[in-house]
Amino acid sequence: MAENNPFPGENNTGHIWDDNLRELSNPPPRWWMIAFWASVIWWIAYGVLYPMWPIGQEPTQGIMGWSQMDEYKKGVDEVEAVRAEFETQIKGMSAKEILATPALTQYTIASAKVLFGDNCAACHGGGGQGGPGYPVLADDDWLYGGSVDNIQQTIAMGRKGIMTAHGKILSDAEIDSLSEAIMAGNPTSDPNFTQKGCIACHGMDGKGMAVLGSANLTDGIYRFMPAEGETLLDSIKYSIKYGVNDATEPKTRDAVMPAFGGRLSEDDIKKLAVYVHRFGGGQ
Amino acid sequence: MSASDTTASKQQVVDDLYAESAHWHLNTGEETIHAKRMGGHWRNLKWLAASFWIIYFIGPYFQWGDRQAVLFDIPNRQFHILGATILPQDFWMLSLTLLFFALLLAVATALAGRVYCGFFCFQTVWTDVFTWLEEKLEGNPVKRRKLEKESLSARKIRIKVTKHLLWLLISVLTGISFVAWFYDAFDLWRDVFTLQAGSVAYGTIALFTVGTYVLAGYMREQACFWLCPYARIQGVMIDKTTVVPSYDFHRGEPRGRLKKGQSEEERTTGDCVDCKQCIAVCPTGVDIRHGQQEGCIMCALCIDACDEVMEKIGRPTGLIRYESFESLEANKKPLPLYKRPRVWVYSAIMTLALAGIAYGLTSLAPLEIKVIHDRQPLFVLQSDGSIQNKYTVKILNKTSNDLPVTISAEGLEGLILVDADQVTTARHGKVTPRTVFVRVPQENLAAESLPVIFKVRGEQDGEVLENSRTSVFIGPKR
Repeated sequence: MAENNPFPGENNTGHIWDDNLRELSNPPPRWWMIAFWASVIWWIAYGVLYPMWPIGQEPTQGIMGWSQMDEYKKGVDEVEAVRAEFETQIKGMSAKEILATPALTQYTIASAKVLFGDNCAACHGGGGQGGPGYPVLADDDWLYGGSVDNIQQTIAMGRKGIMTAHGKILSDAEIDSLSEAIMAGNPTSDPNFTQKGCIACHGMDGKGMAVLGSANLTDGIYRFMPAEGETLLDSIKYSIKYGVNDATEPKTRDAVMPAFGGRLSEDDIKKLAVYVHRFGGGQ
Repeated sequence: MSASDTTASKQQVVDDLYAESAHWHLNTGEETIHAKRMGGHWRNLKWLAASFWIIYFIGPYFQWGDRQAVLFDIPNRQFHILGATILPQDFWMLSLTLLFFALLLAVATALAGRVYCGFFCFQTVWTDVFTWLEEKLEGNPVKRRKLEKESLSARKIRIKVTKHLLWLLISVLTGISFVAWFYDAFDLWRDVFTLQAGSVAYGTIALFTVGTYVLAGYMREQACFWLCPYARIQGVMIDKTTVVPSYDFHRGEPRGRLKKGQSEEERTTGDCVDCKQCIAVCPTGVDIRHGQQEGCIMCALCIDACDEVMEKIGRPTGLIRYESFESLEANKKPLPLYKRPRVWVYSAIMTLALAGIAYGLTSLAPLEIKVIHDRQPLFVLQSDGSIQNKYTVKILNKTSNDLPVTISAEGLEGLILVDADQVTTARHGKVTPRTVFVRVPQENLAAESLPVIFKVRGEQDGEVLENSRTSVFIGPKR
């Protein structure tokens, strides 16, 4: 082909169309070719050194013996080593002692965040803000006491408070008058409060008893917040009428805190108690 | 217009195209450019500009107080620049710095072409030093080309080995000097030679050594042609008003050799004697007489070469000179700087960037405070009827010692700050978080959202360090 090339002395490949349209040979710069082959060699070397070829069930392992899983485990071990220092200290301490040490409190809060999210947040909300029918953990109003030991016990053993349904015991007028007194924050102003036996559980002053888990009726915080479209007064009346966890009343309020003692380790419960205590309402 | 005219003008267009493509020669690295070295005004200026890089080598050894004057301490996430310590939180200043230098590059290029490429760029400077060594060891370009063709002899081996060892020495120094900006410079030398420097240090030194050796020793102008994005970016920033090294074709053409015995009066050719000295000295091997082109790094060495020849043959200098295309072509006087909108726009942005940096550097506080209001829940009703908000106070201590600090809050009537009575130890160079609660009686809340001011205060060496931050206090809807 070369002898009848109509464009001699030119770097064409000899492929010529339409009289003068020809393919030229313009190779890339030499350094570019060197870099190209160097990267091919790099790629082969990488395949020999590291896991690469998906042959059969398991890919080739590479002569370095490196694996992503080992790398991950090493990383986890490093984290565990950092945690171990705190964890061993926490093991021998009570929740109260942890709270007395700022560094440990900080660590406990950080490490219990996941525990809280997994086990508690579904009902109590991610920040302990509660939900419809579920108590707020961030306020300082506690049915069973707000000390860290009380909280720890609540988590471990669970709680199930009982209030008798008073629909059959009290007249509608009595329920109305009691509800209004409670909403005003002054239940003892209604004589029914003492006469009809409310004081047995809620106390002479109406402030509740932590031993029984009875609610404080004098503050603005309510265990059962009104549902959508319901007034607070309606909600109070409902609680009096149908009670809480009263097995004889089908319309009773359902309020159960399950026991986590069997599900979580003692240390985890201790951490959670500290975590909940530090929401801002712990006593 | 007759048919033959059309054909003739078409032929002219095609002829012009072919004439243009005849110059189309691209060096893709197959040939080594051995540029001739000549003295001159621009050559001196080039050395002067290159000497700026001496700072790169000696800078890390300067001390400021009890530490390195400039130290980019990556493991501790701290940059020390003279008296200032810059933490990642201050990095917005870095973007302003980058903006400033990007604009500086743009404005320099718009006004005077690729001055950065020709005078400051490390690729140009290191290549210049490498070829200077080459000239000292192997001789002028003619000798160098001869030596290349020679068969291997003891002399050739001696020269080549010396050259490559010197190149490698400069490369290693370049690598170590780079790392020294990030590592205590004196410790670095000790650690490097006692094999105690970490793998990152050795890796970086190796990378810079190989990079310098290959780029300045072998790639040279190829890096500017094919690798460097700035070369291309700057290429498109040039317009017809940009002052660049230009060949005055009106004066020079038609070029012709100087004939013996011919007097200047009877000369029919232009001033260019086609001595090709401008090509001989060009470090990237371009012919400036073809006009501005991608290979030209605008180092102005051809100006020196041409001027020297013009002086020798008694013609006025400046056949190749810094000139804009506009003034060459249309003989138009260039617009003064203050009449060009580009100058104003670029200067305005640069001034803003500089002002921002100045503000940042002068307002670097040793103690900084950030307040994060807890959003889940936004507020909590307490049994005494007050409203409680939860905050995470983050204290950044930029001093070099741990500092006991107290947190306080104000701005709302009846405000109680809970859990802040204990003194917080703000760790140096770090952010120390602290959770606090603010309680306000509900009747004191005039609106759903109110400002609350947090203050942090510490004392060091009798000097009071404090800072404050305004956050919000949120209560129920009203």
